[in-house]
Amino acid sequence: MSRLTIAPGPDEALAGVQDGATVLIGGFGTAGQPMELIDALRRTGAQHLTVVNNNAGNGDRGLAALLAGGQVRKIICSFPRQSDSYVFDELYRAGRIELEVVPQGNLAERIRAGGAGLGGFYTPTGVGTLLAEGKEVRRLGGRDYLLELPITADLALVKALRSDRMGNLVYRRTARNFGPIMCTAAATAVVQISELVDTGAIDPEAVVTPGIYVDRVVVVPDADPASTEVTRMGQGQ
Amino acid sequence: MSGGPLTREQMARLVAEDIPAGSYVNLGIGQPTLVSDYLPAERGIVLHTENGMLGMGPVAVGDEVDPDLINAGKVPVTELPGAAYFHHADSFAMMRGGHLDVCVLGAFQVAANGDLANWHTGAPDAIPAVGGAMDLATGARDVYVMMTLFGKDGRPKLVPRCTYPLTGLACVSRVYTDHGVFLLTGGEVAVQRTFGITLAELGRRLDVPLTAAPGGA
Repeated sequence: MSRLTIAPGPDEALAGVQDGATVLIGGFGTAGQPMELIDALRRTGAQHLTVVNNNAGNGDRGLAALLAGGQVRKIICSFPRQSDSYVFDELYRAGRIELEVVPQGNLAERIRAGGAGLGGFYTPTGVGTLLAEGKEVRRLGGRDYLLELPITADLALVKALRSDRMGNLVYRRTARNFGPIMCTAAATAVVQISELVDTGAIDPEAVVTPGIYVDRVVVVPDADPASTEVTRMGQGQ
Repeated sequence: MSGGPLTREQMARLVAEDIPAGSYVNLGIGQPTLVSDYLPAERGIVLHTENGMLGMGPVAVGDEVDPDLINAGKVPVTELPGAAYFHHADSFAMMRGGHLDVCVLGAFQVAANGDLANWHTGAPDAIPAVGGAMDLATGARDVYVMMTLFGKDGRPKLVPRCTYPLTGLACVSRVYTDHGVFLLTGGEVAVQRTFGITLAELGRRLDVPLTAAPGGA
């Protein structure tokens, strides 16, 4: 019997979320964004959240709606400003949300380090820039590196294509993005999937996230066409 | 290509011609994406997109559009035979680890020593957003910049020292502009070609010492 919880719906999948939680949210723009889980997080009413995502919300749905509800105290991301990030922009300019901007690769590696039990890592990215302020610089092998610290979280919300009953996951194309590393770095990893299959139905060679990293799954069929709406072109990273 | 300054398409073609066959390449958002129009399949150049794919194909049209298959600019694209998908930490590890041969980026400013400024204007009311710019500038083995040589206010964007916040230090090796191609080596700026302007005139309009590249300009 696997310890994986197969939740009947997104609300049940988010049982127990606390105020002040740090939440990793997968997705790059809307690709891989676990829209229904974010909506369920909003419905928990949890406050003072710290959210880690590549962006800071698009349009009015998903992460943007969570921000609009005033539930997020701080966002850690690489690229908040986009053509349709008006919800975040307004909160930021009003001083109602804290922002930590992290180069995208450092963000990914900090999450990876968090899941891998590392105390931090030295990276060349960002040396000599504004984003190096306050960070330890160490010269190694004749090159300068910055110390970056790991990110861990209470909760990860991720979207994958398919899971078996052990929580072994397969993703779909570039919607994979942050999913695999976020599952590793959270105390509770919750994954919305399009399809649940029997254990053994996924080729072990094709498993991207082994079930050891996954705590709860919930089937959310791709029924809502708006959730797969492609963002408008040319929005930056 | 004689006559006046180059169009963006002509600049893109020049950049494409200089990318060695068989290279793994990342094209930054904006003008650099035009370079892909001039990379014929027989040259075996593989495009990387930092959101997690190698073997990216052209922009998707019609039925090809798939919201799960986008590039770093969040534009729907296609996959080519031999494509591979990977997560973000892997994508930036291949960049930082020196496996990517070339990246082509836009810029606000490039300094004679190869410093790059392309992420932030430094304006007090600007919301900072860096994305993968610093990772690309630091990680790719060769960083080519593609930009207009002068800003809308007429000021040069190839400068002695960047005044905008830096993206990466001493990382740019070539600058492709509408008025000329510049090779940056150890603080020296060599003009490889000019378009619609003489080397002497360039020397007057830029505040950096220029030399003529061997066989060029």
